[in-house]
Amino acid sequence: MSTSSEALPQRHRRDMDPHRLGRGYGAAGYGGRGQDYTTGRGEGGPASKRVIVGFGFWIFLLSDIVMFSAFFAAHAVLQTATAGGPSGRDLFDPSRVALETGFLLASSFTCGMSAVASSVRNQLWTQVSLLVTGVLGACFLALEAYEFTNMIRIGAGPQTSAFLSSFFAVVGLHGCHVTAGLLWLGTMMAQVFVKGFRPNIQRRLLCFNLFWHTLDIIWVALFTIVYLIGLGR
Amino acid sequence: MSGRRENLEPDGSDVAPGVVDAPEETVREKIGGYLLGLVLATLLTIASFYVAGTTLIWGPSIPIALAVLAIAQIGIHLAFFLHITTAPDNTNNILALAFGILIVVLVVAGSLWIMDHLNQNMVPMDQMMRMQR
Repeated sequence: MSTSSEALPQRHRRDMDPHRLGRGYGAAGYGGRGQDYTTGRGEGGPASKRVIVGFGFWIFLLSDIVMFSAFFAAHAVLQTATAGGPSGRDLFDPSRVALETGFLLASSFTCGMSAVASSVRNQLWTQVSLLVTGVLGACFLALEAYEFTNMIRIGAGPQTSAFLSSFFAVVGLHGCHVTAGLLWLGTMMAQVFVKGFRPNIQRRLLCFNLFWHTLDIIWVALFTIVYLIGLGR
Repeated sequence: MSGRRENLEPDGSDVAPGVVDAPEETVREKIGGYLLGLVLATLLTIASFYVAGTTLIWGPSIPIALAVLAIAQIGIHLAFFLHITTAPDNTNNILALAFGILIVVLVVAGSLWIMDHLNQNMVPMDQMMRMQR
């Protein structure tokens, strides 16, 4: 009976777990054995940490998408406000945008391959597919940086017109996300290499996967609204 | 096998988005799912770029066609890459997604609607110049 938390008095239990999450009551810090005392709803018990982390990160990604929607709305409103300057038809190169799209789509696929490899704890293929993901992401960023510098050099920088301000804002914001994703990818490769497939590393890999696939989803909206519709304006 | 088991959810509980370790699926089947998603997404991307430059369909309908293709491709990405399904264990993910889509539609459609009305009610630029003189 000594190990069962059910045996403890009600008041004592409330002190340890004021929000009744059923977590941490028996944790080492409380002098317990790191066990949760509650079975939660249903028979399965409370959701596992993996589900909680994944769902929480999904909520964050959706809030990120909401932030992007504000930038998209601004660009959709300002797409024709060229102030006598160059329009999308003058500036955009469809073949380069197609190449960027190809790079990002392929990197999304290889990122999925890394998820499959890490689900069977295959170190080599996890590292290889993460590396290919990173290289494809870097190719995408290089093309975007080339486009930006080219536009600024011919006098179509963000200060030229409201159209170009909103263009640089929304495409640049996506580029910043990809850059952050590449840094994250590098640290994930190092963590998988050094620490192996521990549950917390697996959770971080799951979050990284969600992040990278979401960036590709945003790019689908971006190449459609900014580039393809912009080419017709 | 114990290390492998700890990633699997007990029956009847929720599944996190993007989780690929369904116990009944082999590695080959998992890769097949991603490949199918890649093929479908590539086809839709090619269709988008083709439609954008074509004279085959009526000009003003091109933006609508592009929007439809983009929404279809986003659906493909959600289903095959993020593994969002309609199964009961995905209810929380779907509800969060639905709320996100609601906000996105409100922000984008609302902005376009309001700014369009403002544009129509604005004094034309040449008249504005004359009034300032």
